[in-house]
Amino acid sequence: MALTRRIIPCLDIKDGRVVKGTHFEGLRDAGDPVELAARYNEQGADEVVFLDITASKENRGTILSVIGRAADQLFLPLTVGGGIRSVDDIQQTLRAGADKVSINTSAVTDPSLIDRAAARFGTQCIVVAIDVRANPVMQEGKTPVVLPDGREVWYEVVTMGGSHPTGIDAVRWAQEVEARGAGEILLTSMETDGTKEGFDIPITRAISEGVGIPVIASGGVGTLEHFYDGFVLGKADACLAASVFHYGEFTVRQVKEYLAARDIPVRL
Amino acid sequence: MKTIVIIDYGLGNLRSVLRGLEKAGARAVVSADTSAIAAADALVLPGVGAFRDGMGMLGPLEGTVRAAAREVPVLGICLGMQMLMESSDEGGLQAGLGLIPGDVRRFPRVPGMKVPHMGWNTLEVREGEPLFEGIADGSYVYFVHSYYASAAPAHTMTTTEYICPFASSVRNGSVYGVQFHPEKSGAVGLRLLKNYIDLI
Repeated sequence: MALTRRIIPCLDIKDGRVVKGTHFEGLRDAGDPVELAARYNEQGADEVVFLDITASKENRGTILSVIGRAADQLFLPLTVGGGIRSVDDIQQTLRAGADKVSINTSAVTDPSLIDRAAARFGTQCIVVAIDVRANPVMQEGKTPVVLPDGREVWYEVVTMGGSHPTGIDAVRWAQEVEARGAGEILLTSMETDGTKEGFDIPITRAISEGVGIPVIASGGVGTLEHFYDGFVLGKADACLAASVFHYGEFTVRQVKEYLAARDIPVRL
Repeated sequence: MKTIVIIDYGLGNLRSVLRGLEKAGARAVVSADTSAIAAADALVLPGVGAFRDGMGMLGPLEGTVRAAAREVPVLGICLGMQMLMESSDEGGLQAGLGLIPGDVRRFPRVPGMKVPHMGWNTLEVREGEPLFEGIADGSYVYFVHSYYASAAPAHTMTTTEYICPFASSVRNGSVYGVQFHPEKSGAVGLRLLKNYIDLI
């Protein structure tokens, strides 16, 4: 009897459809978001994340209607991210049926948004998404992270879908967003995203151990063992994956059965 | 058919609560109107967010809710449950509606234990509670909260353990509160909502 580790399918949504690419490029159509979410619900997904990668202001209506349709049919927690820039955007997204919102670029450009959102809606529904990339040039004041091959790097926060390096130290940023009132961190490493080579364990562990709020590991899962590693080696509280579920490589239930057999507490 | 009014005070995921109740077979409406609340056959007080803001936004409706609670069943969900209690220490000690004895406090800081308590955890169900009819001991429900209710055993319907054992649902007569989200807890949650409808 304990809080279980969560398995979270993520749906990247563009113009109301699920898409999937590698390194944020080369997008392929993978279906209707609500249909896919319903399938994951049946398979025992613990939550579902919708990331609106169109993220343009004029497209807010499309994603809000997707959220609404999902909320009408699904009775599991729904997190929505992408294009959320203001307290008003958050209010609209929650009203449409989301349980949590995920803020990414806007949190970096205007960190006070985290404080204002947490004060208004409670920390538990504010997820800060942090995209990172390893920077091999060590600098003073950056948190060193040791890679499996022994190299020491620091992880840099990147924004705008991974294209814009910010110079911000990822571990420190994670601690700052916690202090500002984030309830959870969704960590995506550009090093592993879309590769199917496994989560980026060194940065996942560094951040999970560096904060007191839950951390969702994201980017790179390709095998069942990768989920296990994310929890055990990466110390993640939840593991997020997209393409392995969309293309039916395995079901959420298969992942959970694999984990349960290895003594990871999951809800079956 | 009897009508459940979901109280709209500007916070919370009302749509999921509405759909959950409808799916469980109720006629439910979302309303901030005092006459609709006063005429309801049962109330649901939803809520995500911070206690102080919640109480502040509920303010104009507080008297109506208090009066209705003497007449018809009330179900508080998450922050809605916490607001039914006497007080919370979130954002400085603040009074709640005081409809259920007990208070709300922050989870203690323990190394390695993340707060918020977020995800699926189990219920230890006290026997004979109609709201939990047909819900087995050990059932999983979805939680997301940083503060928890502390209530006397007489007012505690279920207990859940995270960092410490806490009251995951509370009751005082026909005023009910659940810390977890039944509208997000799949079949178990829908069963609870159906049980609530059956109590009306």
